[in-house]
Amino acid sequence: MQLTKEQQAILDGEKGETLAKVMKTLVMYGDAFEAEKLVPVTSKYNHLVTSFGLKVMSPVYDLMQQLLDAGVASEQKFSVDPRPLDKNVPANFLQNFVFNKFMYTKQDFYEEQLGKLGLMDSDAFSCTCYMDEVGNKPQKGEILSWAESSAVVYANSVLGARCNRNSGIIDIMGSIVGYVPYFGLLTDEGRKATWVVKVQTTKKPEAQLLGSAIGMKVMEDVPYVVGLDQWIGNELNDAACAYLKDFGAATASNGAVGLYHIANLTPEAVELGESLIAEGAKEYIIDDAELARVQAEYPVIWKDPDATPKLCFVGCPHLSLEQLKDWTDKIEASLAEHGKKKVTIPTVFTAAPKVLEAFGKTEYAERLKATGVITSYICPLMYMNNPLCKKMPVITSSNKLRTYTTARYYTDAEILQTITGGKKA
Amino acid sequence: MKQFQGRVVTPGQVVAEAVVTREGFNTLASFQTALQFGDKEVKCGDQNNKDLHGKSMLGKALCLPQTIGSTTGGLVLYCACAMEKNPACMLFANHIDSLAAAGAVLADVWVEGVSMPVVDSLGEEFLAYVKDGMKITVGENGLVTVE
Repeated sequence: MQLTKEQQAILDGEKGETLAKVMKTLVMYGDAFEAEKLVPVTSKYNHLVTSFGLKVMSPVYDLMQQLLDAGVASEQKFSVDPRPLDKNVPANFLQNFVFNKFMYTKQDFYEEQLGKLGLMDSDAFSCTCYMDEVGNKPQKGEILSWAESSAVVYANSVLGARCNRNSGIIDIMGSIVGYVPYFGLLTDEGRKATWVVKVQTTKKPEAQLLGSAIGMKVMEDVPYVVGLDQWIGNELNDAACAYLKDFGAATASNGAVGLYHIANLTPEAVELGESLIAEGAKEYIIDDAELARVQAEYPVIWKDPDATPKLCFVGCPHLSLEQLKDWTDKIEASLAEHGKKKVTIPTVFTAAPKVLEAFGKTEYAERLKATGVITSYICPLMYMNNPLCKKMPVITSSNKLRTYTTARYYTDAEILQTITGGKKA
Repeated sequence: MKQFQGRVVTPGQVVAEAVVTREGFNTLASFQTALQFGDKEVKCGDQNNKDLHGKSMLGKALCLPQTIGSTTGGLVLYCACAMEKNPACMLFANHIDSLAAAGAVLADVWVEGVSMPVVDSLGEEFLAYVKDGMKITVGENGLVTVE
């Protein structure tokens, strides 16, 4: 890798041993991809994936402390993934004991570290940092050092920023030195599609199911999706962005997609069209039968597959303001249809703290509360990541949550029916 | 016995028993339960991985196409190494992905005294040939012997 004099000096230890190790990490990381150079990080803010103070992750906090002790914190402030705990979310005595006394005992310590390292503010905890309310929304063409798979794929695909699927820790290291290795999704060549996905369904495909199918098929490749604009339009409005947020999260967690192009919709596809498709690209056709096959093959890992759900999570990744409003309307209507006043299964809707704050200022907030739905800023994945929750029959419309936990996936429509007293999921 | 020439990502030599996944290896889903709850055998916790679920990964030669899933993947791998719960080596049929590369590099630079050789680009034939339980020898130059 060709380094500038400044970069080489850092690597040689002229700015201290710790910063030299940070630079060495980035150079080795780049070397693994034959990166020829480092390029400046140009976004205003960074985004980190590690938000949780899990006792077992102490090597991470030790490393962060090394950075702090050496005084090498980033000048770039950052948002971070959601907090793992919220007392508003239903938990029994044993769960609370395990969460607070066994699992997340490092939470306060780690949040203090994050503050010193450059956290934007005490509410900057969300996987959807790019929401207007949160304020970490990069511009097209900006170079990022982000992690969080769902945020990276959104930033690349919907916003047109440039970011590799960086791991946690690498995210902050790129921000500290202000450079990232130039490879993969940072390059024009790396942003070309090696798959053409043809959507040929007879109705609007479920975002998280379509994303799951594509992720499992293309893995880390870049898909160019044709035919989806007929269902979600050719304008990046609130509804389309929310759809793509959920779709992208599923492509990234069920596979390893870091960038997708949607014909006639996402910025690079609009600008460059089919010239984005690489020579020899493979083809994947998705119709109703293919989506049904994908959903039917998800493993059912509840001890009792017929158990009545005890909890429902919606909002992984976090919901947008418009999604919260839309769900409110739908739940009210479905409850009325079934002659109910409140949801029949404890249900938690998750969103960024600042999105929830904005939602709280609308008339929808009281209406949603009246249905019995709980709102929270929590990370459902972190909440469920323990043996006690594994035994709970939890349902979700998040394919990401399904992938990492024992939560069972249902479409939004199936979830709506189930929580409002309709047919059992 | 067959030999496969790969590319060295992080150097080292090791002899270990193979465990094989032909599906993408989801690092977070595979390690999270074992690391969090002190599973001494470090059994793979990824329910979606039919090849590996429930099998021990500790001290094994983990043979895989690539890793997938959450961008915590690299730091999870780094933690596994720091806690000495890592595979003996990781052998990729494909070019290494960014998350696995991050984990391997973080462990190499920041963890004292832990060696987990990582070799990639071993090719599809490698993954078609290698089976659970086979003896794997990783040479310093990225030559992998399977027998």
